[in-house]
Amino acid sequence: MRSDRGQRAPLGLKIAAACGLLFLHLPILLIFVYAFTTEEKSFVWPPPGLTTQWFAVTWNRPDVWDALSLSVRVAAISTAIALVLGTLCAAAVSQTRFFGREAISLLVILPIALPGIITGIALRSAFSLADIPFSFWTIVLGHATFCVVVVYNNAVARFRRTSGSMIEASMDLGADGFQTFRHVVLPNIATALLAGGMLAFALSFDEVIVTTFTAGQQQTVPIWMLEELIRPRQRPVTNVVAMVVVLVTLLPILLAYYLTRDGDQIAGSGK
Amino acid sequence: MTIAAVQSSPTPAILPGSGGMRGALSDLFWRRPKFLLTLMLAPPLLWLGIVYIGSLFALLAQSFFSIDEFSGLINREFTLKTYGDLLQAANLDIILRTVMMAALVTLASAVIAFPIAYYAARYARGRWKALFYLGVMLPLWSSYLVKIYAWKLILAKEGILTWLLAKLNLLWLLDGWLSLPIVGGNSLSVSFTGTFIVFVYVWLPFMILPVQAALERVPGNLVEASSDLGASPGQTFRNVLFPLALPGIVAGSIFTFSLTLGDYIIPQIIGTSRLFIGQAVYSQQGTAGNIPLAAAFTVVPIVIMGFYLWGAKRMGAFDAL
Repeated sequence: MRSDRGQRAPLGLKIAAACGLLFLHLPILLIFVYAFTTEEKSFVWPPPGLTTQWFAVTWNRPDVWDALSLSVRVAAISTAIALVLGTLCAAAVSQTRFFGREAISLLVILPIALPGIITGIALRSAFSLADIPFSFWTIVLGHATFCVVVVYNNAVARFRRTSGSMIEASMDLGADGFQTFRHVVLPNIATALLAGGMLAFALSFDEVIVTTFTAGQQQTVPIWMLEELIRPRQRPVTNVVAMVVVLVTLLPILLAYYLTRDGDQIAGSGK
Repeated sequence: MTIAAVQSSPTPAILPGSGGMRGALSDLFWRRPKFLLTLMLAPPLLWLGIVYIGSLFALLAQSFFSIDEFSGLINREFTLKTYGDLLQAANLDIILRTVMMAALVTLASAVIAFPIAYYAARYARGRWKALFYLGVMLPLWSSYLVKIYAWKLILAKEGILTWLLAKLNLLWLLDGWLSLPIVGGNSLSVSFTGTFIVFVYVWLPFMILPVQAALERVPGNLVEASSDLGASPGQTFRNVLFPLALPGIVAGSIFTFSLTLGDYIIPQIIGTSRLFIGQAVYSQQGTAGNIPLAAAFTVVPIVIMGFYLWGAKRMGAFDAL
């Protein structure tokens, strides 16, 4: 029994914590208001009027759809690669002891621990040294590399809670390795993989720094947005796309949270 | 007789191989766990080893090449000339500016993060705890560019902040601040102040999570014992809470510091024309086409972070991650 249960927080602490949370959330909410503004040329506040016409305009913009489709394809394939590589790595690291185990965890985390610009320029210089032209696959190559870590983190946390004796019991009862994987291991780690996969998807969908170095002329949604931020063409369309991006990334995060919330390690705490 | 008949066809204790390709493979995995381990580790290690570490080495190697100033071609011979170029006054300015910004951003993030983390760790229970957790997670995972864009809307001259200050009759405060040297500028969105605010905003969740994790491990009765022994809240904070939270703060500062060092998009969109390390790397490799100097520039954050991580490890920050 903890003695601090039910104790009231000092008022100053409450105010400071509330202000901090407001600071984190108000700017994002502002995006939702700007998506409806009638103002085209500037960021004037308060909006002179509200309209939904920009949603229709955005809907009819082929460049937005192209960027969205590229982003979804890149994220889907990178997530698939990251799921395979991350799960294999997590299984090897958590189920066995071997020389260099710590080094492998470090290797997996490195692409996300070093600043994105280093990963990006490293990949770009490697592509240029090897004479690989930029394409869809160079983007995927970069994304899959840093998506491995989120799948790995989730899978390792789940493997740690899964008892190894279950696998032994399955083998004792006559199941071969593949049957054990299919009927014992996979059901145990399925939700962790789903959560890791969704976070990897969100990470890839949002990534811009590495992508600027590994994409040629193609535009993913973040690259499209970056272009609009530097050289604005039609501000209201940017507003609408920004709002849609917020909503699209919100869903996988909430789902990943609900899938892993009863665990010891909640998905996404280490982006 | 019957006994002998049973004994003549005993069920073996070890089942025979289940036969077929699949069975043989499965048996092999069981008999030679090392083989399975190698098979499991090979794909991720090959991927990360070749794609990632290979690229990093390619980058490092390029920093020892030099660029021919007349033809603009890269001379692929070992030289330290590029590192000499890196130490020019203009480049040292960029490095110093970036490190200063990273330090200030880290400090401000720690100050803002602490109350949130402390409240979430000590007072929030049940649904409030989940709310606090999502309240930090959602901004953390929201689109990076959308967050920057939101601040462009806020800090613009005609934006909500100016409007709010005008309503409060505080415009003189904003004008006074903007007329200051270094931190000021034409408007907040083209000043270092703006860059600073956006950096703090974008990296703040990375500070809150480890600080909260460190504070969760501080038993509540420790704080009570301190006040029972006559310490004022300030003394309790200085002598009990802060030292115990420090590994978490250092862990969080790894993120805020490293991310600020490497970022080039925030100062490009909200900030002055004076460069940060990330922008210098970007412009050297892009418009200037000087890949060796860009590569040498990326070595700077790697070295700084190397020292930083070494110091952090000594303070026990990795246990708080």
